Amino acid sequence: MMEPGLYHILFISATLFFIGVFGFFTRRNLITMLMSVELILNSVNLNFIAFNKYVWPNRLDGVFFTIFVIAIAAAEAATAIAIIINLYRSHHSIDVENAEEMKY
Amino acid sequence: MNELLTIMKSEWVISLLIFLLLFIKLGKGMKNESLLLLIQVLLLLNFIGGFFFNTEGSLFAGMYHSTALIILQKNILSLGVYLISLLFADWFKRSEHLTEYFILMLSALLGMFFLISSGNLLMFFLALELATIPVAAMANFDLGKKISSEAAMKMILSSAFSSGILLFGISLVYGATGTINFAELPAQMNNGPLHILAFVFLFTAFAFKLSVVPFHLWTADVYEGAPMATTSFLSVLSKGAVAFIFISTLNKVFLPMQEIWYNMVMILSILTMIIGNLFALRQQNIKRFLAFSSIAQVGFILVGVSGKEPESTASVVFFILVYLFSNLAAFGVAGIISAMTGKENVNDYKGLYQTNPFLSWVLALALFSLAGIPPTAGFFGKLFLLTAGGTKASYLFITIAALNMIVSLYYYLRVIRAVFMDKNEEPVEKLVVNPSARLGLLICGAGILLTGILSWVYDYIQSLC
Repeated sequence: MMEPGLYHILFISATLFFIGVFGFFTRRNLITMLMSVELILNSVNLNFIAFNKYVWPNRLDGVFFTIFVIAIAAAEAATAIAIIINLYRSHHSIDVENAEEMKY
Repeated sequence: MNELLTIMKSEWVISLLIFLLLFIKLGKGMKNESLLLLIQVLLLLNFIGGFFFNTEGSLFAGMYHSTALIILQKNILSLGVYLISLLFADWFKRSEHLTEYFILMLSALLGMFFLISSGNLLMFFLALELATIPVAAMANFDLGKKISSEAAMKMILSSAFSSGILLFGISLVYGATGTINFAELPAQMNNGPLHILAFVFLFTAFAFKLSVVPFHLWTADVYEGAPMATTSFLSVLSKGAVAFIFISTLNKVFLPMQEIWYNMVMILSILTMIIGNLFALRQQNIKRFLAFSSIAQVGFILVGVSGKEPESTASVVFFILVYLFSNLAAFGVAGIISAMTGKENVNDYKGLYQTNPFLSWVLALALFSLAGIPPTAGFFGKLFLLTAGGTKASYLFITIAALNMIVSLYYYLRVIRAVFMDKNEEPVEKLVVNPSARLGLLICGAGILLTGILSWVYDYIQSLC
């Protein structure tokens, strides 16, 4: 059985990052877009932890950063959902295609 | 302990103001008029107090640092918030949630203060988030309007996405160098592929916040939908704070990669100026027009950023000061007209001079300054930016920038022609301008005229760089 190394984890986190980016660009539902952003943020967390464990085991900046990223992601999600609820009240939909009063 | 209080003085003052407003909100309700007056006085005191009892130094193992230049930049931002509280008095008085609005605005200002002072990527990230998340909430404050919530949605999603990209870049920086401290990073940086990839991610996030083409798509929609006060906050203060930290990171942290970032800044600057100008030509809504004009201005700021130290920092700080006066004056006039009549179209401004000469003159002065016509300060701001850009001797680049100034003249003069020369059957009626808004416009006008002519302003900024 092979031990998972740094490259495996980096591969997973990069994949997660691009799944997030792809979802952000293709999904039309606001909640799903928010979930895609969360995927991006979590791929960053994986990156930090992996670099911390395999490359710089003596420098704990990576772990600390992860904790802050989780907290900020929660704050961002709270604000975003408050805004989405407000959008739903005025547009009766959370589809981005319906929020298109301003163009060009 | 004493150091903690004195070096972080400006941040403590802002935090104190936030708590004060929270307690006012909790206590007995105050009338909007008296509350707004109290806030204006507090912000004025905050701005004046910014000049006294300043200590330079660094805290928390280099995470936070303060120099004379940083203190000056914070004072510029404080002045901007004070002017916004004056200029949009009509809108604030009718707002149902005045206290909350200012709590959010001051939180964003606190984030910008920490952003400018940050000496560590962790601090930088937290401050950047503190400076952007409240602004998204501020964009939603025209609660009844559909476009306001649409603007807030676009703002929060694009800022969340760009902070995701920023974080990925930071994680690569950490993986490549093992440190996130600004003081230690330059020694570890080289032109290796991982370093370049990390830099590209970080640069993209900066470009998002500064709305540099091709990351500018959120700008016009957010500017149009958000309330005028938020729009002006976003276009002047957010941009200013990010530009300050952008230039200091490029010149300190990424100094070893200078050749790479110089080319990136140059290409994006040319693109930003050209596309900002071309889209501004065809805008009918005054807010969208100012949004694209501010994108073009960011292109000019990037010309200054690309130059050599110390001219680049001095010219960018000076330009932001000038830009603050001119853009706030333009948004102030547009805000007064929009709050009183609801008119936001350039065609509605026809014949404004017959009914409102004061507003027309201030608007003309602001637009001349944005276009860069002497003797307004905008001319000197642009002149210093182009001179700073010229220190790297890429004259084609400077020529393109100068040509773009001529293109921009066309659309600024289009608005001025509508205001002064065009006839209109139903011009905007005579407006009674609120005394505090009048004071704000006068300060802006004086700033536009004086900052360019008084040479010690630029000399003082240059002496700090």
